[in-house]
Amino acid sequence: MNNLAQRKAVALISGGLDSLLAVKLVQEQGIYVEGINFYTGFCVEGHTHAIRKKDQSKPKRNNALWSAEQLGIKLHIIDIIEEYKDIVFNPKYGYGANLNPCLDCKVFMVKKAREWMEENGFDFIITGEVVGQRPKSQRKETMPIIQKDSGIDDRLLRPLCAKNLPETMPEREGWVDREKLMGFSGRNRKPQIALAKQFGFEDFAQPAGGCCFLTDENYSVKLSDLWKSRGEKTYELDDIMLLKVGRHIRPENNYKVIIAREEGETKYLQGYKKQYDSLRMTSHTGPMALLDGTPDDAQVNLAAAIVARYSKGRDEPVVTLVYQKKTGEQQELTVKPASPEHVLPEWML
Amino acid sequence: MIELDCRRLLCPMPVIKVQDKVNELSQGQELLAVCTDPGVQNDIPAWCRINGHQVLSIENDEDEYRVLIKVGQND
Ligand code: SF4
Repeated sequence: MNNLAQRKAVALISGGLDSLLAVKLVQEQGIYVEGINFYTGFCVEGHTHAIRKKDQSKPKRNNALWSAEQLGIKLHIIDIIEEYKDIVFNPKYGYGANLNPCLDCKVFMVKKAREWMEENGFDFIITGEVVGQRPKSQRKETMPIIQKDSGIDDRLLRPLCAKNLPETMPEREGWVDREKLMGFSGRNRKPQIALAKQFGFEDFAQPAGGCCFLTDENYSVKLSDLWKSRGEKTYELDDIMLLKVGRHIRPENNYKVIIAREEGETKYLQGYKKQYDSLRMTSHTGPMALLDGTPDDAQVNLAAAIVARYSKGRDEPVVTLVYQKKTGEQQELTVKPASPEHVLPEWML
Repeated sequence: MIELDCRRLLCPMPVIKVQDKVNELSQGQELLAVCTDPGVQNDIPAWCRINGHQVLSIENDEDEYRVLIKVGQND
């Protein structure tokens, strides 16, 4: 193949090992690759490190950027936060075990990648999907759905399991040699690990479960609660970011308290003081908390008592806090810290 | 020099903002991204290395990270 005819592929880069290997296999065959990474707001990437102090000993890195650098490819990170909402609210193919709309999500991402591919004069798309690896979105029967609904048809190559699937356009046209692609299937990760070793990749990311918080049970409970309390499926970026942080306690439908679990979270929640009313301990060391919703005075006092329960003053008869409205207006509160039996288990999200 | 406010944004949002801005600029122009997420100290330089731009400096004062970027060749 000469350079003039060099074919170009755009790869969906999640930051995990599979997309890293998929690109490498195709690069080895002389294909020019650029990466695309979609940011939905639910991605596990990066920010949990920024928020939680206990994670700060680990190097902070964005795995999609890291993968791209390993591969020597350009990476385009695309904000799909707004458009993605519809996928989360109304998935045509339903949710997985939690609120993860994986199949719809895959279709959407491949469709967006196809649009990018067409706009930028690329020839085909690569993904790191493996047949049978995930319960719903990567079954053999669902693979054609992704191709059809996204409009990509046979211009989608899955190098890690290509040998188990019908021939695609890049193979048929002779741009890539099918024999040099893989036939992985199922959940066994050993073949991927071996291939990584062969290519000399070390220190790669191996996300457990999925690539986003929607596969997390605890997170999904909090998101359902948010929808229930608002009476409809809706969210803003701040809402879904805050679901990743702190203890969420909802004593009543009209408000919830978000309490930092450690210093890193306190620091993070402080950044929201202009968007949310907040509570801060003054008499004792204690966590920062935000109030989401429309609590009345009695409810604010209850929230303060709950916050106090997580402070150093939890055994004192009374403690003081500052209640700060998002407008900046402040008020001092004196409360008796809530005792454990006053914080009902069903309030804890 | 153009200043870009990325305060309170968590990675990768500052990177996306930088990327979209850099794509509008031409080679040699400088962009200062003012961020609060410490993750940008790694992510913006990584993005720049991959895409052929240069990080001239990263200053950290109080809770802000000021990343100065020189735009390389844009396609
Ligand atoms: S885990 Fe999340 S990002 Fe990954 S396919 Fe499922 S819904 Fe999409």
